[in-house]
Amino acid sequence: MTQPIISISGLEKAYGNGFRALKGVDLEIRKGEIFALLGPNGAGKTTLIGIVCGTVTPTGGQVLVDGKDVIRDYRATRGRIGLVPQELSIDGFERVYSTVRFSRGLFGKPPNPDHIEKVLKDLALWDKKDNQVRMLSGGMKRRVLIAKALAHEPDILFLDEPTAGVDVELRRDMWEMIRRLREAGTTIILTTHYLEEAEDMADRVGVINKGEIVLVEDKQALMSKLGRRQLSLQLAKPLDALPEALKGWSVDLNGGGNELVFNFDSASEHADIAALLRRLGELGIDFKDLHTRESSLEDIFVDLIRAPAA
Amino acid sequence: MNVYAIRAIYRQEMYRMWRTVLGSIFTPVITTSLYFVVFGAAIGSRMQPIDGVHYANFIVPGLIMMQLLTQGIFNASFGIHMPKFNGTIYEVLSAPVSPIEILVGYVGAAATKAVILGLIIMGVAWAFVPFHILHPFVMLAFLVVTALTFSLFGFAIGIWADGFDKLQVIPTMIVMPLTFLGGTFYSINMLPGFWRTVALFNPIVYLVNGFRWSFYGIADVTPLISLAFTGGFMLICLAVIYWMFRTGYKLKV
Ligand SMILES: Nc1ncnc2c1ncn2[C@@H]1O[C@H](COP(=O)(O)OP(=O)(O)OP(=O)(O)O)[C@@H](O)[C@H]1O
Ligand SMILES: [Mg+2]
Repeated sequence: MTQPIISISGLEKAYGNGFRALKGVDLEIRKGEIFALLGPNGAGKTTLIGIVCGTVTPTGGQVLVDGKDVIRDYRATRGRIGLVPQELSIDGFERVYSTVRFSRGLFGKPPNPDHIEKVLKDLALWDKKDNQVRMLSGGMKRRVLIAKALAHEPDILFLDEPTAGVDVELRRDMWEMIRRLREAGTTIILTTHYLEEAEDMADRVGVINKGEIVLVEDKQALMSKLGRRQLSLQLAKPLDALPEALKGWSVDLNGGGNELVFNFDSASEHADIAALLRRLGELGIDFKDLHTRESSLEDIFVDLIRAPAA
Repeated sequence: MNVYAIRAIYRQEMYRMWRTVLGSIFTPVITTSLYFVVFGAAIGSRMQPIDGVHYANFIVPGLIMMQLLTQGIFNASFGIHMPKFNGTIYEVLSAPVSPIEILVGYVGAAATKAVILGLIIMGVAWAFVPFHILHPFVMLAFLVVTALTFSLFGFAIGIWADGFDKLQVIPTMIVMPLTFLGGTFYSINMLPGFWRTVALFNPIVYLVNGFRWSFYGIADVTPLISLAFTGGFMLICLAVIYWMFRTGYKLKV
C-alpha cells in the first residue's frame, strides 16, 4: 500500500465567531495521487486546505505531512507544499516574472531562472512575463498564481478551485499540466465545483459537507458502488398498470403508461437487463425506443449532500 | 534561517519603493524643504540663536527626525498592511518562514528606505543651511536605530489595523502631536517649568535631542539617556510584535 503523504486526524476549526467550520475531520492523502475534495459552498474545503498550508490555525486535531507535524515542523512541511488559493489574491502592480521569482525565494529556494522560465512557458505566460499582473485577464491571473505555487518545485500541490473563471481551452491545458505534474510524482489535492472535472481527473474523491467528511472513495469504486443505471423503454402501446410479472424489478411506469423505467445497481446489471428483455418478450410488451443512462459523479454528489437533510 | 526568503521580501519591498518613488521620496523631501524655507529662512532670521546655534541650523536635526519617524512608520505599516488587505499575505503565511525572517525582511526594507530618505533630506537641508556634523558616527547610529525602531512600530500598527483609516489613527493622533511637541522647533528649556516636566515624558524629545547633540554638541537631555530611551522603545515594539506572531494576532484566522 502507498504511504499516506498527508494524514489528518480529528481536525477541528472553530472560527473567532464560534462557528465550527470543521468537525473532527479524518483524511489521508496518498503519495502521488490526484485527490478531489468536493462539497457545497461553505462546506469547509478552503478551511481544511488552509490548515494544512498554514494560513489557518486549527483549534484541535493534527495534520502530518510525510510524518511531520504542520505546526511544530512547519519549515519542513511548508517547503514541500504549493498552494493556489481560491481568491485571486495577487498584487496587481507586480510584474509576472518578479512575483514568481519572489515566491521561489520566499519558499527558501536559491534562484533558478531556468525553472521559472519552464513554469511560465508551461502555463503559457512566458510572453507576459514583463507585464504588470493587473493588465492580465482573470484566467491569466489564476495561472500566475499557479506559477507562483510551482516556483519552488513543491511535491504536494493544493489547488483551490483552479479552474474557476478559466475558459474551456485553457482548462483543458491546465488539466494536461496537472496530469504531467502527477506523472512527475507530485501529489495533487484540488477542489472544484465542476464535477465532470473530478470525474475525469481524480484518482480518489472525498466529499465534505458542513465540516464533516461524508465519504472518501476510490473514484472507480465510487462510480460503480453508488452509480446507478437506468433503462427507459418507450412502449409501443401504453399499459394501464404495471404487470405483476415485472414486480420483481425496480421499475416504474411513467408518462401515462407510455414509459417503463428500470433502475439497476451497478452490480449484476448485464444479466439483469438480458433477463428483463426476455421477460418483456414473453409478456408481449413491445417497445419502439430505449435509452440507458448512467449516473454521473454529479448525481452521486447531489444524493450524498441531500441525504442528511431528507 | 531562510535567507532566500528574507532577501525576497526585502527586495520586493525595496522594489515597491521605486514604484512609488514620487510618494516615498519626493513628497517628504518637498515637505521638508517647505519647512526649511518657512521656519529656517523666513522666521529663523528673526530668531535668537539657541545655545549658540542659528535657528535655521537648530531645526535641521528635528526635521530629519520627523521625516524619519513618519516615513518609517508609514513604510512599514503600509508594507505589511497591504498584503493583509489584498489577500497576498496567504503566501507569506504558507511559506516556510519564521516570524523573525518576515520581520527582518519587512522592517529591514522599511528602515532602509527611511535611512535613505533621511540622508537625502540631510543633503537638501545642507543646500539651504550648510552645517557641520560634530559626531558623524553617533549621528548615523541615531539615524539607523530610530529608523529601525519606528519601522518596528509601524509594522505593529500595520498588523493591528484592520482598515486604512486605522492605519492613519496612531500616526496622526499620537505620533504627529508628539513630534510637533518634541522639540523640533524649540529647546524644551524655553518652556515654562511645568510644561518642561511634561515634555520629558515625550519620547520624541529624547530622539530629537540625541540627534541634535550628534550635530552640534548641544542637548536638553544627555545623549545616553536619549539612546537608552530609543532602545527601550525598540524593545517594547519587538515584544509586542513577538506576541502578535505567537498568537497569530490578526494575521491568521
Ligand atoms: N474568517 C472566517 N470567520 C468566520 N467564519 C468563516 C471564516 N472563513 C470561513 N468561515 C466559514 O466557515 C465555513 C467554511 O468556509 P470555507 O471557506 O472553508 O468553505 P468552502 O468549502 O471552501 O466553500 P466554497 O466552495 O464556497 O469555497 C463557511 O460557513 C464560512 O462562512
Ligand atoms: Mg473555498
